[in-house]
Amino acid sequence: MSYVYEEYDVAVIGAGHAGCEAALASARLNLKTIIFTVSMESVALMPCNPNIGGTSKGHLVREIDALGGEMGKNIDKTYIQSRMLNLSKGPAVHSLRAQADKKEYSDSMRKVLENTSNLTLRQAEIAEILVGDNKVTGVKTYAGSIYPCKAIIICSGTYLNARCIYGETVHMTGPNGLSSAVYLSESLRRLGIELFRFKTGTPARIDKRTIDFSKMEEQKGDEKIVPFSFTNKPEDIRKEQVSCWLTYTTPKTHEIIRENIDRSPLFSGTITGTGTRYCPSIEDKVVKFADKDRHQVFIEPEGNYTNEMYISGMSSSLPEDVQVQMYRSVPGLENAHIVRNAYAIEYDCINPAQLKPTLELKSIEGLFFAGQINGSSGYEEAAAQGLIAGINAAMKLLNREPVVLGRSQAYIGVLIDDLITKETKEPYRMMTSRAEYRLLLRQDNADLRLTKIGYQVGLIDEERYQAVLNKEKRIYEEIKRLKNTVIGAGSKVQELLKSLNSAPLTTATTLAELIKRPELNYEMLESIDPNRVSLPEDVIEQVNINIKYEGYIARQLRQVEQHKKMENKKIPEELDYSSISGLRLEARQKLQKFRPASIGQASRISGVSPADISVLMVYLMNYNASQKDALKQNTP
Amino acid sequence: MKTDTIAAIATALGSGGISIVRISGDEALSIIDKIYRAKSSSKRLSGEKSHTIHYGFIVDGEEIIDEVMVTIMRAPSTYTREDVAEINCHGGITVTRKILELVLRQGARLAEPGEFTKRAFLNGRIDLSQAEAVCDIINAKNDIALKNSLKQLRGREYEIIRNIREDILRDVAYIEAALDDPEHISLEGFSEELYKHQDNYCRIIKGLIKGSKSGKLIKEGIKTVILGKPNVGKSSLMNILVREDRAIVTDIAGTTRDTLEETIILENNITLNIIDTAGIRETEDTVEKIGVEKAMRIAKEADLIIYVLDSSTPLDDNDESILSLITDKKAILLLNKSDLEPKVTAEEIKKKSSHPIINTSFIENKGIEELEQLIMEMFFQGDITHNEEIYITNERHIEAFTNALEALNMVRDSIDSGMPEDLYPIDLMNAYEELGRIIGENVGEDLIDMIFAEFCMGK
Repeated sequence: MSYVYEEYDVAVIGAGHAGCEAALASARLNLKTIIFTVSMESVALMPCNPNIGGTSKGHLVREIDALGGEMGKNIDKTYIQSRMLNLSKGPAVHSLRAQADKKEYSDSMRKVLENTSNLTLRQAEIAEILVGDNKVTGVKTYAGSIYPCKAIIICSGTYLNARCIYGETVHMTGPNGLSSAVYLSESLRRLGIELFRFKTGTPARIDKRTIDFSKMEEQKGDEKIVPFSFTNKPEDIRKEQVSCWLTYTTPKTHEIIRENIDRSPLFSGTITGTGTRYCPSIEDKVVKFADKDRHQVFIEPEGNYTNEMYISGMSSSLPEDVQVQMYRSVPGLENAHIVRNAYAIEYDCINPAQLKPTLELKSIEGLFFAGQINGSSGYEEAAAQGLIAGINAAMKLLNREPVVLGRSQAYIGVLIDDLITKETKEPYRMMTSRAEYRLLLRQDNADLRLTKIGYQVGLIDEERYQAVLNKEKRIYEEIKRLKNTVIGAGSKVQELLKSLNSAPLTTATTLAELIKRPELNYEMLESIDPNRVSLPEDVIEQVNINIKYEGYIARQLRQVEQHKKMENKKIPEELDYSSISGLRLEARQKLQKFRPASIGQASRISGVSPADISVLMVYLMNYNASQKDALKQNTP
Repeated sequence: MKTDTIAAIATALGSGGISIVRISGDEALSIIDKIYRAKSSSKRLSGEKSHTIHYGFIVDGEEIIDEVMVTIMRAPSTYTREDVAEINCHGGITVTRKILELVLRQGARLAEPGEFTKRAFLNGRIDLSQAEAVCDIINAKNDIALKNSLKQLRGREYEIIRNIREDILRDVAYIEAALDDPEHISLEGFSEELYKHQDNYCRIIKGLIKGSKSGKLIKEGIKTVILGKPNVGKSSLMNILVREDRAIVTDIAGTTRDTLEETIILENNITLNIIDTAGIRETEDTVEKIGVEKAMRIAKEADLIIYVLDSSTPLDDNDESILSLITDKKAILLLNKSDLEPKVTAEEIKKKSSHPIINTSFIENKGIEELEQLIMEMFFQGDITHNEEIYITNERHIEAFTNALEALNMVRDSIDSGMPEDLYPIDLMNAYEELGRIIGENVGEDLIDMIFAEFCMGK
């Protein structure tokens, strides 16, 4: 028996990492928001790895923070170990990663949601999306209550028609044994939305007391902590850190896997979903890279509240008895007790090519999607989409311009553009190699890139905005000063250079030129730079990077400039590609299917050649002119 | 769309006395300033009025390349509605190409097929009703360009480019895999290895550039030798083809002492590189032997032999031995002096040789058209525009190879100056893309696919 419960502006379905960001953004922008979850215990749940960040994912979290999202703040509160990866490489690929206390992370996020005004949390399974006139009108729960609303953001993660599988055992549940959402897929299908079936997996959790850490290498956290959130200072979040541990699989492990490979649901055909290549199961690795005699295994704590340890690198869907043998063949795990089995999970997601860059569905107004439902994988990828979907749902209801980040502005821009443009055949994981302008998209300058946008949207307050403007100014002025400060080849300078193993000067130069030398940096030159004023560490970092990599940065900026015109050239939504005779057949079909929002996006669709783009531009020009004529004729 | 400055040769190559190199874009005039020198003043064309034409020289540093007329036209009253400069040069193929190369070196980019027209259209110069026609032009030209690009690569070259691209991609994939999964893959010592790879890539690409620039029959013209006994009219034939009195023509046997080489572009755009041999001479002693050997030595390298016979004198042993020696070569026999009383006929020669025979009279200019037609059929199966497309394609290849080489050199610079590894892929991928242009392959998901195919990574 259905009845109307209460009306909202925005309804968010799912309270995982995408849902939380989406709901917070919408509520903070003063829209009456409700967020549904199948279980109050699963708010911001981390059902797989116990960490946030990592290569390129760390970038996403910093960007979420700069735009006014919550993930960075929440992990800063609940981390138990923090590391900056890739420190030996260039600044563009430095990536922050923190181990989280899973329970604290989830509880802390739930508290934030519960204390945000305009936001209601509700435990209920949404069974149906209500649509009238190609516009959303509300959602209906399994119990029959109707919540009329103007925008819906679906963040159902891996719960749609989920099946967890190991060996011959199949559970019809979502992650961690939580109940799956079984009705929503059907509702989506009825709305004409194309669904894919993807697969991912998780390793076993093992009781810490049964692990022999003396056979493993210890991995400690960094001495120097870098917070994820630009609002936190390192000293404010310092704490005692826990360790992770490194061990390796053995030839015996591989032998056990090979002997039992026919019992793997992956190889027997029980699993039909497509898995991600970035998170292969251990059986995948052993089969595919048969020549490797060992693989790394990281043992990571799930939190301070528990003895459970996450066995990173050994996700599996082999039967339970094989799992026991397999894990026990790893040095240090000989007597391990499994607390939770490893399993593979299959779930429905949508074909993200059906989305606009705002994450709104092309065919139904007001229906947004974010997170793993869009074929991505990972908490950070989900949160990033959640934030953008939340912002854009709000912008739509407030009649304001949508927020679409470009590939040269943010990893988030790359992520969403890839999802909606490339034909994703597997769960999409962010990677630094996917960002063509990564030298510009560093984790250290996310605030400089995006705080302004967050401010314009309304998620960043005045004080934070002014602080960024001030930082920008100081960086600019200091670089200018260094470029204009001439240094002669005096004995003091030569001595300093000698002591730093740097070649002596043969002629006068500038401080900036000296900083460019690989062996030197800003801090080292203090004694020959008497006019220096004391600057905060984050300003100095930017000064160093901008001077040292000036040439490369300038080149990438030039490339961005060249592509800008194409990115800015919008394609009308109603364009009928089948009527453009000059396009090759393949291009015509692809364009018709993807309906790109801009010429830039069109150029990235596989099967669309530069010649097709030229033809499209010529056609558009003609088309726009004829639209204008038509308009003129219709107005007296 | 890109608004960079583009350049191309705007006239059909070799078909007229004048070739035009057209430059369009914001930097058209500043590029001209760098390479134009007036005869006696120091005037800069960027300071001159629009739609004016200027006499002067195109110079590369101190070296004068050609004497030219340069037209400058400012936006918007030009074909493309951008600033345009057109260099009218007299030179043949070599000089025109040199000027184009110079322009490209100064910052212009070789125009894509149909790009001038496309710009004209996008800038509102061409009537909207012609949109469809413009689309067709762009498409057709691109299709032809790609077809030619592939057609022109010899089997080996195609393979070499593919291999080198794959190797570059593997280097990038390795670096990227290590960046994305530093806990599993280490870059320790990889710079040194990459340095060695770079050496190898650069060496191969340099070879490819050399190959593109020279030595190819189809690109560079047909290496042709005119053979014949003294005084049969070899030099006259050459003069008719050249249409200039360059080789000395007399009635005295042996006037042509040294070999001359001349590039001739026939009316249908076919290029002949003609080696004019000294006449095969008979002397009292050793005679025929020396003559025949000498002729054959030169003819051995040739793509085409034109053997001129005097129809007013009977065949001798000399003719017979040469005819038999050129049996396996591509050759055309000219039975010259058909204006005189014949002592030997085509039928007679046909018994001794299977090569085609044309009756000619150089004095009366007879049979020349037939000769040109026959050459075209022998080498190009009647495709007249072929040669020009090939030339342009060739230029495109050289540009792409050069850009790839430059990108690879930047990788070496990065390694040399101690830059971190994550900067290398930027230029490596540029090289990869440039090489891909030649074989018509774009960068898609290649890199991600290679990373996962080659490296075991991920949690």
